Amino acid sequence: MNRFDYVRATTVADALRAKASDSRSRFIAGGTNLLDLMKYDVERPTTVVDITHLPLTDIEDGPDGSLRIGALVSNSRLAYDARVQERFPLLSSAILAGASAQLRNAASTGGNLLQRTRCYYFYDTGTPCNKREPGTGCPAIEGVNRIHAILGTSDKCIATHPSDMCVALAALGATVRVEGPSGERSIAFADFHRLPGDTPQVESTLKPDEIIVSVDLPAADYGPHHTYLKLRDRQSYAFALVSVAAALKMDGGTVAEARIALGGVAHKPWRDESAEALLVGRAAGVDAFAAVADHILAPAVGRSENAFKIGLARKAIIRALSQAAAGTPQSQVDKRVQ
Amino acid sequence: MSMTQKYVGTAQRRVDGHAKVTGGARYAAEFAAADLLHGAVVSGAIARGTITKIDTAAAEAVPGVVKVYTHENRPRTAWLDSSYRDDVAPPGHPFRALHSAKIMFSGQPVALVVADDFETATYAASLVEVSYDAEVPKTDLDAQKGQSYDPPKKRSGVEPPPKPRGHAEKAYAAAPVKVQQEYRVAVEHHNPMEPHATTVVWDGDGAITVHDKIQGVTNTQGYVTGVFGLSKDKVRCISPFMGGGFGSGLRPQYQLFLAVLASLDLERSVRVVLTRDQMFTFGHRPLTIQTLSLGAEPDGRLTSIIHDAVQETSHFEDYQENTVNWSGLLYKCDNTKFSYELAKLDTYTPADMRAPGAVLGLYALEAAMDELASATGVDPVELRLRNYIADTDQNTDKKLTSKALRECYTQGAERFGWSKRDARPRSMTDGRELVGWGMATGVWEAMMQKTSARATLTGDGRLEVATASADIGTGTYTILTQLGADALGLRMEDVTARLGDSSLPYSPIEGGSWTAASAGTAVQMACETVREKVFKLARQLDGSPLANQDLDHVTFRDGRIVVTNDPSRSVSLIDAIKSSNEGKVEAEETAAPSTIQARRFVSYTHSAVFVEVKVDEELGVVRVTRVVSAVAAGKILNLKTARSQILGGVVMGIGSALHEESMLDHNIGRFMNHNLGEYHVPVNADIGPIEVIFVDEPDDKASPIGVKGLGEIGIVGTGAAIANAVYHATGVRVRDLPITIDKLQGA
Repeated sequence: MNRFDYVRATTVADALRAKASDSRSRFIAGGTNLLDLMKYDVERPTTVVDITHLPLTDIEDGPDGSLRIGALVSNSRLAYDARVQERFPLLSSAILAGASAQLRNAASTGGNLLQRTRCYYFYDTGTPCNKREPGTGCPAIEGVNRIHAILGTSDKCIATHPSDMCVALAALGATVRVEGPSGERSIAFADFHRLPGDTPQVESTLKPDEIIVSVDLPAADYGPHHTYLKLRDRQSYAFALVSVAAALKMDGGTVAEARIALGGVAHKPWRDESAEALLVGRAAGVDAFAAVADHILAPAVGRSENAFKIGLARKAIIRALSQAAAGTPQSQVDKRVQ
Repeated sequence: MSMTQKYVGTAQRRVDGHAKVTGGARYAAEFAAADLLHGAVVSGAIARGTITKIDTAAAEAVPGVVKVYTHENRPRTAWLDSSYRDDVAPPGHPFRALHSAKIMFSGQPVALVVADDFETATYAASLVEVSYDAEVPKTDLDAQKGQSYDPPKKRSGVEPPPKPRGHAEKAYAAAPVKVQQEYRVAVEHHNPMEPHATTVVWDGDGAITVHDKIQGVTNTQGYVTGVFGLSKDKVRCISPFMGGGFGSGLRPQYQLFLAVLASLDLERSVRVVLTRDQMFTFGHRPLTIQTLSLGAEPDGRLTSIIHDAVQETSHFEDYQENTVNWSGLLYKCDNTKFSYELAKLDTYTPADMRAPGAVLGLYALEAAMDELASATGVDPVELRLRNYIADTDQNTDKKLTSKALRECYTQGAERFGWSKRDARPRSMTDGRELVGWGMATGVWEAMMQKTSARATLTGDGRLEVATASADIGTGTYTILTQLGADALGLRMEDVTARLGDSSLPYSPIEGGSWTAASAGTAVQMACETVREKVFKLARQLDGSPLANQDLDHVTFRDGRIVVTNDPSRSVSLIDAIKSSNEGKVEAEETAAPSTIQARRFVSYTHSAVFVEVKVDEELGVVRVTRVVSAVAAGKILNLKTARSQILGGVVMGIGSALHEESMLDHNIGRFMNHNLGEYHVPVNADIGPIEVIFVDEPDDKASPIGVKGLGEIGIVGTGAAIANAVYHATGVRVRDLPITIDKLQGA
C-alpha cells in the first residue's frame, strides 16, 4: 500500500473540492473494496477523501411510492429497511445474496455501484491487465477465465461487474443521482455502467469530478412476482457465476410486464429490454421463458473455461422467471434452489 | 497397575480454548521484541527465467527502510544443499531464497525489504523494480506427463509402490467385469487461517529466539542451525500455537530463512509475515493423474487391481507421497500392479497436505470401486465386505495390529440408514432435487515416532508435562493433560502441558497423525516413572502409612497415594514431594516404536464414510446434506477433540470434492485465484449435519497407549463418497474433483 493523505469531508461541496484538488484522489466510504485494492497496489491514491460524514445516509419516501436511497446508506440497512422489504423485496434479496453480514454492514450504496471487478488478473500486479494498466493486454482471454464475461466483452477485457445489488437496481430501473461542480444530474441505471470496449479502465459514466448522492427507485408493484437467483461455487460468500433478477407483473397467467437483469455475465448488470418485451402478453411458462433466455444469450460468447455460463444462464433465466411467475421468490436463507 | 482413567477416554474441553478465544495464545507473528524490524517479501512475477535487473533505489530511499536484500547482496549462508535439507525434505536441492538470479516458480521471493514498521516495509516493497528475461514456463502436467520418471531417490518415510503380485494384467484381461478410468483431483493449497510468519528475537551475542509457524520447533531449529552455521545453544525456537497447518507447516518456509538472514545481518529483531497471496507461492497438494483398473468376478470379487499415477513435482525436488500403495492394502486381491511416477513442472515443490497421497489414492480407488458396484450390481458396502481382508497387509505380508473396518461399515450403514437405499441412480428424489447416497472407505497409517517427554511434580502438588512437539489445533495440549492427570490422580486443572519449545525434550514434527500416539506414550512413560519415584518417597516418609506397600496396591487419587484396599491409609503427594532433595519429582522418558514388533506388524486407521447429497439437476447445484463417518482408530483419548478432528477432516473432504481448486494459468505459470475470496473452501452454508462414530478397536500394539491417531482419517474417502453420491443422484460420473457446477451442465 502506498502512502496517502487522509481528508475528511462533511459536505458534498467539501468532498468535491477535496477530490478535485488531487487528480489521484479517491473517495472512501465503507472501504470494503478500495482498501483491498490499495493493499494489492491496484489503487494507489495519493489522497483519500473520507465521505462517511456526508449527509447522505437517509432513505426517503418520494412521490408515488418511489424511494430515494442516500449514497451512504449501508447495504445492511437498505436490505432490512421495512419499506424496501415491503415494496422492493427484489432489492433486499439481491443485497442479502451477496458478501457477508460484516461486509454488508460496512459497504455503502454508492460504493456498491463503484466496486471493481474481481478478475484475478486485475488484482494481481504481477500480470498484465488492460483495466489496471491500459495497453498491457488481457491474459484472461486465453487464461483462467472460468468466472469471466460472456456478454458485451471486447478484445481488451472480459471482466464482469461483481455486484448483486446492482443487478436488482438494473431490473428495477433505478436512477443514479450525482453531483458535480456544475450541479446535479441523473443517470439512468442502464447508462451508469459501461461495457469495456477499448477503454476497460473506464467503468462508469460518473465523471472524476462527480459524486453519487443517491440512488432513486421508481415505484414498483410486482407483488410476490420477483426473485433473485444466484448461482455460485459455494452456497454463500462467493461472487455469482450467473445471477438473475426478475420481476413480473402478471395478469392471471399472462405476463403484463417483465424486468430481467443478469449478473456475473458482463462488465455491467445485463438488462435486455428487447427480451423483456418478448414476454409481454405471453403466457408464463417454460417455452416463453426459454425464448427470452435464448434472445438474451444470442450474442453470448464463451471462452476456454466459461462457455458453461451460457447454458447455465439459460437455465437460470428460465428458473428465475418460473419462480417470479409463481410468486415464490428464491430464499436467501434456505440455500435450496426453489 | 491400578491406574484409573478418570479423564482419558472422555469428552474434555480444550485446555487452551480460553487462551485462544481471548487472545492469550501467542502465534508466531504476535511475539513482541524491542526495536522490532519488519520485513516485506517482494514476490517474483514470472515462473521461469532470470532476473536481469533489480532496482531497489526507490525502496531504499523511503525513510524508515533499513535494508533491502536481494540475490545481489544476500549475506553468505551455507554452501551445501544438505545444510538446507529439513527433516521432511524430499530428495533434491531445497529452495534457497535470494540465492541467484534464476527464477524457478511464480511468486518466488526476489527481495526482502526491512523497515522500522510494517507499513513502511510493504510500501517500499511495492517500489522494488524487477526486470526479467522470461522463458516460457511449463506447468501443464498433461503436456509434461510424457516425460515422467520413477524417482531415482526415494523420499524417506514414503514407501515406494509394492512389487507386483500375481499377474495383474493377465487377470485384468481375463476378468468378466472390468472398470478402467482416469481420476483427478485439482491442485489444492492448505490455506490455514494463520499465514506463515516468523518473528526472530535478537538476544545478543549471536543468539536468537525464533518464533516460527511450524509443526515442530525441532525442524526449525535444525534448519536454522544448518543454514546459518549456528550452534543449537544459539537458536531457541518457541512456537506454542499454530493457526492451522494441514501440512503447510511441516517444512520451514522462506519467510523463516529471510527473517533469520536479516536478523543475523542487522543484529536486530525481525518479523516477516507472508500475505495470503504469498501463501500460494509454496507447497500444494500435487496434481496427480491416476488410472485405476479393476478386474472382478461377476459377484464383485476382485481379481486384478492396477493403479498408476503420474504426479507433478518441481524442477528442484522430487516430492513423493504414498498414492497408489493403498490399492494393494485395502482389499483382498491376488493380482496387483502399481506404478508411481513424477513429472517436473515450473512450480514450487508440492507439499504434504492432510492425508497426503491417501486423499488422492483413495479417491481413485473408492470411486472405481463404486463403478465396480454399478457394473456388478452389488451393493457398495457389500462389495467391500466381499473383498474384505481381516488381518493382513498383502503389500508387506505383515499382520495388522487391529482392523475394525467391518464394524465401521456396519455401524456407519446402520446409523445412516443405508439399507433404505434404492440402488438405481436417479431413483431417489426430494421435491425438485435428486437425492444420492454414496459411501467410501478411508485408510491411513497409524504411526509412532521417537519422542521424549518430561513430567515434573512440583512442591505445590501440580504436574507439568512437556515435550517439544506441537499442538497444531488438534488438541495435543488437552490429551497430554488428561494422560498426566490420570497417571498421577490429579485434576486436569492441576496439570499443565507445555509444547512447542526446542528447549523441551525432543520431539519430531507434528504430522502424519502420529503425535497422540508418540507424545502421548512419552508423557505416559514419564508420568509412570514419576509415579514410581514419588511412591518411593511416600513410602520412605517417617511412619509412612504406605510402608511395606508396593505400587501395584496403591491408587493415585485426588492428590494422594492411597492404599487400594484400605483407603484410610494414604500420603499426600505434596508431603512426599517435600521430602525430596530437589523439592520436586521429575522424570524424562523416550517413547519409540518397537522395531521387533515392526518386523511382524503394521498398523492402520480405517473409516467408512456415508454421504447424502441433494442435486438440483437442471442447474447442477450440489448440496451435501448429511454425512456419517465411522472411524476405527484404536483408543480414543478425548471424545470431543477426536470428534472435532473428524469433523474438520470431513469438511475439508467436502471442500476437496466440491470447492477447492488452485487454478493455474499455464501461459504465465501462475496460480491465479490466490486469495480466500476466489479459492473456495466450504462455508457454514455448505455444511450439513455430520455424525461421527468411533467404533471399538482395542489395540495393544499400534502404540503402548493403544492410540492410532486421528488427524488425517476424517478427510480420506470423503471425496469419493461425495462423488459416488453425486453419481447415485444423477447418473453422472464426474472423475475430476472438485465437482463444480460447470461439470454438471452436460445433461
